[in-house]
Amino acid sequence: MSTAAVQQQTKWWSGGRSPFNASYGKVMMWYFLMSDAFTFGAFLISYGTIRFSQNFWADPNHVFNAFPGFGHQDLPLAFVSLMTFILIASSVTMVLAVHEGHKMNRKGVEKYMILTIIGGFAFLACQAWEWTHLLTGEHVAMLSDGSLAVVPTTVKMNPWGAAVPHDDIAAAIKNTSQQQLAAIASTLHHSGGEAHNMTAMPAVELANIIQSSPDLHVTHTGPIAFGGYFFGITGFHGFHVFSGVVINVIMWIKTRLGHFDQRGHYEMIEKAGLYWHFVDLVWVFVFLCFYLI
Amino acid sequence: MSEHAVTSPEITFGHPPAEGTGRIWKIFWLLSFITVIELVLGFGLAKHWYGDPETSHAAILFVKGVICILSLAKAFYIVSVFMHLGDEIRNLIMTIVVPLCLFIWFIAAFLWDGNSWKNLRNRYHGTPAKTEQVSPGTHDKGVKE
Repeated sequence: MSTAAVQQQTKWWSGGRSPFNASYGKVMMWYFLMSDAFTFGAFLISYGTIRFSQNFWADPNHVFNAFPGFGHQDLPLAFVSLMTFILIASSVTMVLAVHEGHKMNRKGVEKYMILTIIGGFAFLACQAWEWTHLLTGEHVAMLSDGSLAVVPTTVKMNPWGAAVPHDDIAAAIKNTSQQQLAAIASTLHHSGGEAHNMTAMPAVELANIIQSSPDLHVTHTGPIAFGGYFFGITGFHGFHVFSGVVINVIMWIKTRLGHFDQRGHYEMIEKAGLYWHFVDLVWVFVFLCFYLI
Repeated sequence: MSEHAVTSPEITFGHPPAEGTGRIWKIFWLLSFITVIELVLGFGLAKHWYGDPETSHAAILFVKGVICILSLAKAFYIVSVFMHLGDEIRNLIMTIVVPLCLFIWFIAAFLWDGNSWKNLRNRYHGTPAKTEQVSPGTHDKGVKE
């Protein structure tokens, strides 16, 4: 590489030239991304600290085991691998757009920017599905007051605690109101018609239905921080993806309008690309911390 | 070299345009391959090693450590090739990479702190809570380490 030779002989810091051999905008984009890396790093390390401070933490393979269209099958890691591959693929199309920009090929840049934008939307759609799945989930959990309830996963509720031993369930049912028992029984049956009748059933009968159901899994509530960290960090990442898509759309429009051809270079595509790759980079660690380990 | 004559004479090169896209695709397959290995290990944790009393705590930590190292490798390739940091001059690389070394202390100190917090709470706040993992199919195995 000739650049290596240039580097040897050049006095970068003696003035008259950029000591980083890069434009102001690009250097500042790098510094922005570095500071953003610290923000994400702080979030993830804070999550790690809380997780290390707990005797129990939710098992990600249990929490994230659903896939759209596959109902209640246990498919750990499946959906999140799809999301990961979508993001890797959109990262590749982005770097190909940058590559076409170097060659001043407007049509090529347009094509790859469109593909990148589609990848970004696909990722956001996946995340929307996953959030909805967790926020509207129905889990039978034993609350701290010793009663049972049907609860979703939110920033205030974590139903992914340790399993409640079978013997304790009977006692918990006695502490539970008829209304909650009807809700539990109807989640176990999953059929609208029957659920309607259950609201009118006496508590004793509902307790029998619940205890005899083979689908009954009761858990304690887990550390409350789980939902806050999950929705907070994936939300912050999702917001980055969203803003990345907006930036990419603007870059696509500017490419179409020929702004970069007039300017004589496609460096803006490179800068947008840096941001987009950073989003992919952060996902590597979000994926690691929340799903894999 | 001046094919990519960017903004000012103070900059002697943009990126010399690469000839082909071969390197990009090579890295794509490499990243995919690493991800697949991570998923296989993660799947092993999910389906076999968690909740199995014969798997030692150290073995699970080892697998998790391997997954962490693979993630760092992915991060390296994304930054170095996709973000072209590897093509920049040493000055720019160092101004980005050196501050990130703060993470070494940041991670070690805070995870240590979290762990110590747990130990102190367990020591002074009564008996440790149950630590059984829940995952489908392991419900009935009872309390494990």
